[in-house]
Amino acid sequence: MTTTQQIWIVIGVLFVLLNIAAGLIWVERRLLALWQDRLGPNRAGPLGILIVLADTLKLFFKEDWIPPFADKWIFVTAPAIVVGSVLLSFVIIPFAPGIVVADLNIGIIFFLAMSSLGVYSIVLGGWASNNKYALLGALRGASQMIAYEVFMGLSLMGVVMLTGSFNLGDIVMAQQHLWYVVTQPVGFIIFLIAGVAETHRLPFDIPEAESELIAGYHAEYSGMKFGMFFIGEYLGITLISAMIVTLFFGGWLGPSFLPPLAWFAIKLFFFIGLFILLRASLPRPRYDQLVSYGWKILLPLVLANVLITGAVALWLRGVRL
Amino acid sequence: MSTIYIDNKTYEVKQGKNLLEACLGLGIDVPYFCWHPALGSVGACRQCAVKVFKDENDTHGKLMMSCMENIKEGLRVSVADKTAQAFRSQVIEWLMTNHPHDCPVCDEGGSCHLQDMTVMTGHDYRRYHFKKRTYTNQYLGPFIHHEMNRCIQCYRCVRYYHDYAGGKDLNVFAAHNHVYFGREWDGVLQSPFSGNLAEVCPTGVFTDKTLREHYTRKWDLTTAPSVCQHCSVGCNTIAGERYEKVRCITNRFNSQINGYFLCDRGRFGYEFVNSANRITQPLVRHQAVEAVDEATLMGHMRKLLSGQTLIGIGSPRASVESNTALMQLVGRENFYQGISDNVGFIERRIVEVMQTGAVQPASLQDIQQSDAILVLGEDIWNTAPVMALSVRQSVLKTAAHQALEHNEGIPMWHDAAIHELVQHEKGFLANCTISASPLDEISTCVLRHAPDDLARLGFAIAHQLNGWLPRVLVDEDTLAYIIDIAVFLQQAKRPVIISGTSCYNEALIRAAFDIAVACKATGNEVRLAYVMPECNSMGLAMMQAPSFESAVLRTTREKNITAIVLENDLYRNVPALVADLFFNSVEHCIVLDSLNNPTTQQADILIPAATFAEGDGTLVNYEGRAQRFFQVFMPGHTTLRESWKWLLKMKAVRAGDTNNGVYHPEDVLAQAEQLLPQFAGISDSAPHHDFRINGQALPREPHRYSGRTAMLSNLAVSEPKPKQDDDSPFSFTMEGYPGMPPSPLIPFFWSPGWNSIQAVNKYQQEPGGALKNEQAGKLLFAYIPDAKPGYFKDIPEAFVVRNNKWLLFPQYHLFGSEELSAYAEGVRELSPEPYVALSANDAAQLGLGHGQTVTVKVFEQAYDLQVQIDSSLPNGLVLIPAGLQNMPVMNWNGYVSLIKGSGKP
Amino acid sequence: MLSHIRTMWLVFLHLFRKKETIEYPEEKVDLHPRYRGRIVLTKDPDGGERCVGCYLCAVACPVDCIALQATEDEYGRRYPDFFRINFSRCIFCGFCEDACPTYAIQLIPDFEMAEYNRQNLVFEKEDLLIDSQGKYPGYNFYRVAGLEAGVKKKGEGVNEEAPVDVHSLLP
Repeated sequence: MTTTQQIWIVIGVLFVLLNIAAGLIWVERRLLALWQDRLGPNRAGPLGILIVLADTLKLFFKEDWIPPFADKWIFVTAPAIVVGSVLLSFVIIPFAPGIVVADLNIGIIFFLAMSSLGVYSIVLGGWASNNKYALLGALRGASQMIAYEVFMGLSLMGVVMLTGSFNLGDIVMAQQHLWYVVTQPVGFIIFLIAGVAETHRLPFDIPEAESELIAGYHAEYSGMKFGMFFIGEYLGITLISAMIVTLFFGGWLGPSFLPPLAWFAIKLFFFIGLFILLRASLPRPRYDQLVSYGWKILLPLVLANVLITGAVALWLRGVRL
Repeated sequence: MSTIYIDNKTYEVKQGKNLLEACLGLGIDVPYFCWHPALGSVGACRQCAVKVFKDENDTHGKLMMSCMENIKEGLRVSVADKTAQAFRSQVIEWLMTNHPHDCPVCDEGGSCHLQDMTVMTGHDYRRYHFKKRTYTNQYLGPFIHHEMNRCIQCYRCVRYYHDYAGGKDLNVFAAHNHVYFGREWDGVLQSPFSGNLAEVCPTGVFTDKTLREHYTRKWDLTTAPSVCQHCSVGCNTIAGERYEKVRCITNRFNSQINGYFLCDRGRFGYEFVNSANRITQPLVRHQAVEAVDEATLMGHMRKLLSGQTLIGIGSPRASVESNTALMQLVGRENFYQGISDNVGFIERRIVEVMQTGAVQPASLQDIQQSDAILVLGEDIWNTAPVMALSVRQSVLKTAAHQALEHNEGIPMWHDAAIHELVQHEKGFLANCTISASPLDEISTCVLRHAPDDLARLGFAIAHQLNGWLPRVLVDEDTLAYIIDIAVFLQQAKRPVIISGTSCYNEALIRAAFDIAVACKATGNEVRLAYVMPECNSMGLAMMQAPSFESAVLRTTREKNITAIVLENDLYRNVPALVADLFFNSVEHCIVLDSLNNPTTQQADILIPAATFAEGDGTLVNYEGRAQRFFQVFMPGHTTLRESWKWLLKMKAVRAGDTNNGVYHPEDVLAQAEQLLPQFAGISDSAPHHDFRINGQALPREPHRYSGRTAMLSNLAVSEPKPKQDDDSPFSFTMEGYPGMPPSPLIPFFWSPGWNSIQAVNKYQQEPGGALKNEQAGKLLFAYIPDAKPGYFKDIPEAFVVRNNKWLLFPQYHLFGSEELSAYAEGVRELSPEPYVALSANDAAQLGLGHGQTVTVKVFEQAYDLQVQIDSSLPNGLVLIPAGLQNMPVMNWNGYVSLIKGSGKP
Repeated sequence: MLSHIRTMWLVFLHLFRKKETIEYPEEKVDLHPRYRGRIVLTKDPDGGERCVGCYLCAVACPVDCIALQATEDEYGRRYPDFFRINFSRCIFCGFCEDACPTYAIQLIPDFEMAEYNRQNLVFEKEDLLIDSQGKYPGYNFYRVAGLEAGVKKKGEGVNEEAPVDVHSLLP
């Protein structure tokens, strides 16, 4: 690949991702409305799609206020971290054969590292706001992240063991005959749960829980700084969906009547829809429930999964040997 | 104290009270109508029924009217008893059968005793569907509106108007269920205390007609405790405002001063605040556009105030704060009282004798409780009306006490029985004045003399009391009276001597003092009252500044004098000649006042001053009692503020001090204390501006105040920030301490379930008694029990009738003689036309009949006036009404000549 | 876990339900006659203003958005000199209607009163007064009240006896 191609890919990925993230504003509202027997935004533009534009403009023109009691520099930096870290994670996603920004051989490790960085934005944002609700949100975010980060990584180990590689391209290629969702159902479910917690989406939006903490760590944010958190969340959904597709549902693979990129997109949007359905249907657990669920149920489960997968893999290899 | 049992609970209550009073005092709500703390019980309305039991074994009991039941040791009653409750609710249901469906259009609604009692008894649904009785109404004058349909026949109006206040023209007519409370025919109510009917009537039969003109419910008023500005008594009032207009004045109970009642001048005179004649903007005269803003005004002021000698003319109707601020601005040696020398001289004498501390000043309560009163020369009915009402109570109460000496079984509260017992007996009152007064009919001794003769009479009484004092030669008849008066004063336990300034005679002051000191020497507790001309005359007199004539003399001798005239129409105090001379001799003249008058016409700079409704201040009443009145509302005109604030600002401008500090009333008063030690303690006459209860200010508005988000929304839909008050413990909103404020800071009387003025029961230690922790201002004259002042021994010559010369005296009129109240429409309507009163003998000699015109020559000025023949007037005197609008100042206590016939065509 | 999935499935099925939303400006809302919407002042059967300026609506208003000043005509009939409702504060609770003793103030089924400028939401009496009796026809307070206000003479109202002759001695 030439450098020019590389640059075009970077620009293309960035463009598409940000559009998807913005478009999700509309998608989420419409879908939520439909599931709640409403119509949702349907006035601006065809099917109300221009709500995206209106909302973005609104965010841009809102007063960009920094509370006088806040720690100014950290307050400004925090929202940038979340967008930056999520965007960097996309670097390793293979959208289609050849369409990947950096085909790293430690792809999954890089993804885990980047998603761990995202928590800094929550902690710093909550801390810098100098507001008790924001700080409580940040604390919750941190503990939730620590709890779920552990088995998020472990839940992927089954896939890695079966493939024998951290490279996402290799993982996709290894699913040509059978998607890993079949061989790794426990890993898939745990990764899905951890992914929801990782993006702190409903039902695991403990750090922002409107009904308890107003808006948690971003209570003091407004204007485009709030917009960054907002975009960060949608990018997070897209990222986790893309990872699920890549790791468990064969990535771009699919019957040849559609191009690989289309298959990837279809699978991607299915999981994004699933995220929104989760939000529409499930209530938020209590904070202690969430954490004890993570440590006491999911962690043992994922360890067992790693153990069994490892044993089976060894056994299979042993037979061959 | 006796132990009684109410609903099986033990209470300790005072003896000599009735059961209703005891229950109310204990906070047990018993409904009532005909009982009133000031009127006593008659047991007419049957509303206060309770069950009374013989002993603890009696379970049956019997229904008794609690207002007619004496407190006995071991009395067992039940208020909550089912039968008693049912009885009470049936009584009110009967009372309500004929009550019209008027509440929405009734002025009493929201402060109605009938509404309160109906709710209290639980009668909530009308079962009577037959026809209602109706009455026609009467026209009762400009102050009281009559709506007879609403009457519940409690008889309070007649008992108050006729029995308590001595009015003759309101009574009860017809019989059975047709009784009618009103006059014989339509007409103005003659008693000057008629306004109290609006408060005495438990429903809306008698309502305030001036309030009706701009009707506002009680809950919508912004109120503040105030002090009446219309005479020297200083009655406590509550002034209510809405939309920057004063809406009404109601009584603020105070056991020391006015008790439950006000006079009509005090109640209805408030409308001068809303007058079209108000000064609202600063004016700088002699330029194209006279109205200026504050910055321009101060620019002019800087020029005027520097490099000139300033003299200040104080005012008897401006607050102590304003007079002090003026004295500070101009310097003590340049401060003059804005009153004529002859009044100033008398007032100085009054202050002098009061400051000896030899005799205690008589509060109105002292007067009510005295058992012998001597009025020497003062027409208190017209110059201090509520004092006259108190004198009447003293006469009635003394008679009752005398009657009860032989009938011990009857309690004092039993109004009907006392009435029967007393019949027409009277307590001792000697009314010695120039001419007839409505007090004469209750006086035991009525004497009519010229002021000098009255003074001689006084000295003669003093001689009777103390033989060491010089003898006065009087005729036989008078001597008999004198001996009589002296005997009564000597026998009395608490005699009161009342005199005052209205006769323009200083000897009267001395004579009254001599009598009081002589009485004191005989061992009884004597009190002395001198009625002063205006609301703060005493405060101004205590500053001991020279009179206005001295200022005039100085301005004619010195050049470059800028005069500052404080809230004073000099043309009412000195003859026009003198005032004109003054204004012509001064270089510049700065006038602060609230209403346009001849003096403000002379001003080079005219500054709007706040009235009692728009500002804070302190007044010293006739007994030397300093009382604070509080700002009721913040006027829309920002330049309308208290004179003392303007004067302090001018002081800062003069000193070249740009950041003039913030001063609160008590700071100014503290400066007054420093400057003039006789004012010691005046800064504590009311709680300071930073007084808070639990950190909360006191709300001026009740918690039901309505329309906050709509009152001003026609101007701007966003509500403005509430006005801030830095000068008092009050807020201009309904937010603040919701409980009972301390007594000088009661902005309105309200208690849950008690919306009418009867809620005052809850604020009193016991019904009819003093307020809880009552602080009735600050008395500035210290009483020194063993002071040994010298007697005055200088006795004036007897008055001799002169040929073709008449000695002129002012006749004060309750309506019309006082400057500010005369701007109220109703007061103006009732104020008399100018006239000249002559004795029958003099009129006959001149060949004048009633209603004829005669020319009176005063100061080389001739006035054509109608003749009134006053048969009570001594020969050689003439009376002309004082202080009427458009009437100049006369040569009071001076000789005038009468020319007959020139007024005829 | 299964119940969660069942919930999600059931919520998902709502995709195919009929929507409750009405496309408002094109499709009008069907309002009940007692819907608490726009506040109006009504007139009595004789065409006179019903409001007597008793201030009860103002004091009942929980947001204090009603201000008025009562005045009187030459016959003694009370009416509001001005009557102002600040609709930018009104919460349409209907307490004013409940409090009104004369059926003057009424809430009617109309809510289309949005404005671009908040100041236009301040309604004066001229804006509030309608030439109708509203929901309660036939009631005229001054015929039932005791006082005389140019509507009826003393004793001519509903359920009233002729005025008492004070001079009569008959029992």
